[in-house]
Amino acid sequence: METTLQSASKTVVIGPERPFCIIGERINPTGRKAFQAQLQKGDISQLEIDIAEQVAGGAHVLDINVGDPLADEVGLMRRAVVRAQELTDLPLCIDSSIIEALEAGLEVYQGKALVNSVTGEDERLEAILPIVARHGAAVIALANDDEIPMEPQRRYEIARKIVSAAGDHGIPPEDIVIDALAMPIGAEPRAAVLFFETLRLIREGLGVNTTCGASNTSFGLPGRHGLNAHFIATASTHGLTSAIMDARSPACVDGAHAADVLHARDEYGMGWIRTFRARQAAAAAAAG
Amino acid sequence: MTHDEILKGLYDETLVGNAPAVRDLTNLGLAEDLSPESMLYDGLIPSLEEVGARFERGDYFVPEMLIAARAMQGALDILRPLLIETGVQQVGTFVMGTVKGDVHDIGKNLVNIMLEGAGFTVIDLGVNVSPEKFVEQVIEHKPEIVGFSAFLTTTMPMFKANINALRKAGLRDDVIVMVGGAPVTQEYADIVGADGYAADASTAVRLAKDLIQKRRALVPA
Repeated sequence: METTLQSASKTVVIGPERPFCIIGERINPTGRKAFQAQLQKGDISQLEIDIAEQVAGGAHVLDINVGDPLADEVGLMRRAVVRAQELTDLPLCIDSSIIEALEAGLEVYQGKALVNSVTGEDERLEAILPIVARHGAAVIALANDDEIPMEPQRRYEIARKIVSAAGDHGIPPEDIVIDALAMPIGAEPRAAVLFFETLRLIREGLGVNTTCGASNTSFGLPGRHGLNAHFIATASTHGLTSAIMDARSPACVDGAHAADVLHARDEYGMGWIRTFRARQAAAAAAAG
Repeated sequence: MTHDEILKGLYDETLVGNAPAVRDLTNLGLAEDLSPESMLYDGLIPSLEEVGARFERGDYFVPEMLIAARAMQGALDILRPLLIETGVQQVGTFVMGTVKGDVHDIGKNLVNIMLEGAGFTVIDLGVNVSPEKFVEQVIEHKPEIVGFSAFLTTTMPMFKANINALRKAGLRDDVIVMVGGAPVTQEYADIVGADGYAADASTAVRLAKDLIQKRRALVPA
């Protein structure tokens, strides 16, 4: 199954036969004091730096989250989406837990966006799916409801429920990307194993595309980029087709690209070679 | 083994999270007439404080903190009934929950396990806890501290709702309020009128102890 995302001028397709889709996670104020302070003052100039870094790093899609409880998230989202589309031709993933902010972002977005996210509770489905349908967008669906289940079967059932509810709103399964929930291994040693099993159930039972917040996996551990990179490549082998991840990290991006080479989605490793040359050129330019 | 060797063993084995060894040493200590109080205050708690200090310095990582706290919990399971019998003053009671509308609990659970390791009695209300439930549980358990956890910017406003509910019930001055969660900041904690905020589990425990000590100093028992 293939999920098509578009900006005004560019199309990105997520699918098992396509290059692993890198969704850049950086435009997010969580844990970034300076960025939070800027957003509270209505200043979105940081986007320019964050977008440039992630585009250079190799992102295919950019997640936009401007959530801060002391800022006007709805207004900020509207402006951030417009500004981001001036700065990049990559499709965007509009990320908020405030429904009005999702709607504001979608209203000004040019193309077919990815919405992040809906969860399995009836009231969330009924509130968010109509907006996704109205704007012809695709949506990330988290495989949790009023709790985060640790059993893969339970996550799969929630995913199936969401795909079915989306169908009732006229959203085809192609436009659903299930977040199978990557959790910190440092707190739950079997977190990744459960995640891989969830991927298998979704791949075999629903066949829809999948994603996750890849950086969650390494929370609380050292050497995060290396671990994230191997997690991404291993998850790809288990059927993961995209990840919300740190596109500024060469290690993490290499994890995704290596998966493409190993699974013959990058013929002769031409993409791998291209990335190598681009980094070589960037390093040479930086050295003057 | 001498008493000193047992205490040193408790300290060393807790530090590396060796739960079976900590349990065995605790039982050995009891068999050798070592007081539960001494094992707690001269062995286990100093060890977990060292774990916290290492974590805050960046020398220890989350799983190391977790297994150390679990090893200590194993000892506490044995010692707790004896400590209650001897009437040792409890460190404090902490009622904890993830706020209404929010189902994230990994951070909260880490704080819980470190609090228990530090000797707190933790009443965990789980996730998606309503203001009414917090009020009810504060009345029931009379904790020194109530903790609110939120992982989403959209659920952080529940801190304020919870504090208002405590105020309305006439409980606000009876209990210390601590808040935390990935997107939470000190500034936000101040704005909603919380008494304390910490960015990680280890700091949260230190702060909880400090806040209780300050309060006990204000109100002589």
